[in-house]
Amino acid sequence: MEEKTTVVTEKKVPETLPYVKPKKTHGAVGSKAVNRIITVLLVLGCLTIFFPLYMTVIIAFKQPSEMTNDVAGALALPESWSLDNFAEAMRVTDFWHSLGNSFLLTGVTVVICILLHSLAGYLIGRKMNRHKIFKASYYYVVSGMFVPFAVLMMPLVKQTAQLGIANRFGVIVLYVVFFMPMNIMLYAGYLKNIPTALEEAACVDGASAWQTYWRVIFPNMKPMHATVAVLTAMSTWNDVMTPLVIMSGTDQNTLPLAQLNFQTQFGTNYNLAFASYLLALLPILIFYIICQKQIINGVVNGAVK
Amino acid sequence: MEKTKKKAKNSWSKNDKIFLGILIPILVLFFCFNTLPLIRGFYYGLTNFRGYGDYDFVGLRNFQDLFSDVRVGKSYMFTFKYAIVMTIVVNLISLILALGLNRSIRGKNVLRGIYFVPNILGGLVVGYIFSFIFTYILPTIGEMTGIGFLQNSMLASTKTAWIAIVIVGAWQGIAMNTIIYISGLQTVPEEVYEACMLDGASGWKKFSKITFPLIMPFVTINLVLCMKNALMVFDQIMSLTNGGPAQSTESISYLIYNNGMDGGQFGFQSANAFVFFIVIVIISFLQMKFLGGKEEQL
Repeated sequence: MEEKTTVVTEKKVPETLPYVKPKKTHGAVGSKAVNRIITVLLVLGCLTIFFPLYMTVIIAFKQPSEMTNDVAGALALPESWSLDNFAEAMRVTDFWHSLGNSFLLTGVTVVICILLHSLAGYLIGRKMNRHKIFKASYYYVVSGMFVPFAVLMMPLVKQTAQLGIANRFGVIVLYVVFFMPMNIMLYAGYLKNIPTALEEAACVDGASAWQTYWRVIFPNMKPMHATVAVLTAMSTWNDVMTPLVIMSGTDQNTLPLAQLNFQTQFGTNYNLAFASYLLALLPILIFYIICQKQIINGVVNGAVK
Repeated sequence: MEKTKKKAKNSWSKNDKIFLGILIPILVLFFCFNTLPLIRGFYYGLTNFRGYGDYDFVGLRNFQDLFSDVRVGKSYMFTFKYAIVMTIVVNLISLILALGLNRSIRGKNVLRGIYFVPNILGGLVVGYIFSFIFTYILPTIGEMTGIGFLQNSMLASTKTAWIAIVIVGAWQGIAMNTIIYISGLQTVPEEVYEACMLDGASGWKKFSKITFPLIMPFVTINLVLCMKNALMVFDQIMSLTNGGPAQSTESISYLIYNNGMDGGQFGFQSANAFVFFIVIVIISFLQMKFLGGKEEQL
């Protein structure tokens, strides 16, 4: 029952705690009872999360004729668990194609980000205190975090069109540039944990700077690769704006974009629409169930660092 | 940091040159797709470009017009209202949730896992799902129970549509902030609470005098993150209201997209985007300045 929370014990307790007036203690009021109330409240709170998801699943499996006008009718279990809606939704939204595109964009972006941003983070992080130009580069790139995509959107649409990359390739390039500030900050920060002695040893062994990086430093940054991969993948997978404006000329869709583009075709057939929404949510839900710990760690690391 | 390296400050070793050589192409790439479009955006802002065809320079007229344009003014009002309400609502609820989830409770890890789910889902699809709740489920409940304000769709009224967007935004945003608050609460050593008990502080006093000041850095992170995300709200608008009713829920991002890409206001919205950028920079600096100084160190 008593779960121990992970506590950072290295930290020193402050000598002077803010003075608090002594007050009648509540004593050891059975902490079990208190916690049971909190547990119940938290479980009830989960309903707000489950309700929309439950509704999505239920409606996705139903036939339009089962959607009666009262709430109970709309939310009751379907008469039969048929997959017809899903098959139809896949056909209408060209599901496999959109899914493939989402995988392609996310996969390629994550790989390039890890390779390129870790390298850049290393180059900048190691030399920041030696030469001003590296320090200036750091602040230059990191300040890019203040530029929202909406600000760059219109010029980027023109620019990608002029360069002939208003397609999936262009979107990947934009992602790689857009996530660069955040990722370089993460990598350069993490680099402080890796002693320079490692590189010096490799240098003594006759490795070139290039070899040293890929053989020694890159593997050592593994925990940060995980964080960067999670953050980049989540933002890329769920992003709508970039593919929406850049790939509008092509007939390519990503999974979220397909929901937007086929909205009119769903019409008032909510069962079809919800089957499609559920299909769009499933991949990331499955991914989350499998690597929940890594995802939460990645998100927390990315935000806190 | 490593001060010892400073002595070799101005000498360029071979190694340094290799590093710079590899770095420069990366910086060029960054410049081409980040800084250059920003500059080009400012340039377009000085023209009457419609997105196609010829255009002329109009000087700073677009920037002047921005301040008298009703629609732009409304979108700034909406975006700020949304961002401020979101930041307050999300942080209050997620702090309470985090305090609960940090207690010794049954199935803690499962509960934490569940509360994080909304964060991983895409804002657009979540918006579509909630759109159904607002247009069908809630009004039917309203009719059944006779609760007046529920009987019409929240999305159909200019008075309530923005609240619907806050609800959806908060549903997703709370998940993220809760997790960050939990990781903040875990940095508070058990000894501090024990000392607290000895001094007889408990409940609200313990929270306001001990816990809250100690997790202040995490409060800062959450306020900044939440505000930043809220200011850029786009997906939820696309799926819930398309800026309506009567343009009452047009966020700045949405307006730039809608009028700049299709509405023939390429030049004008470029000016708008540039001003938006300046606003974001100012807000970020203010937040860091105000909140950065209030952190309590252990």
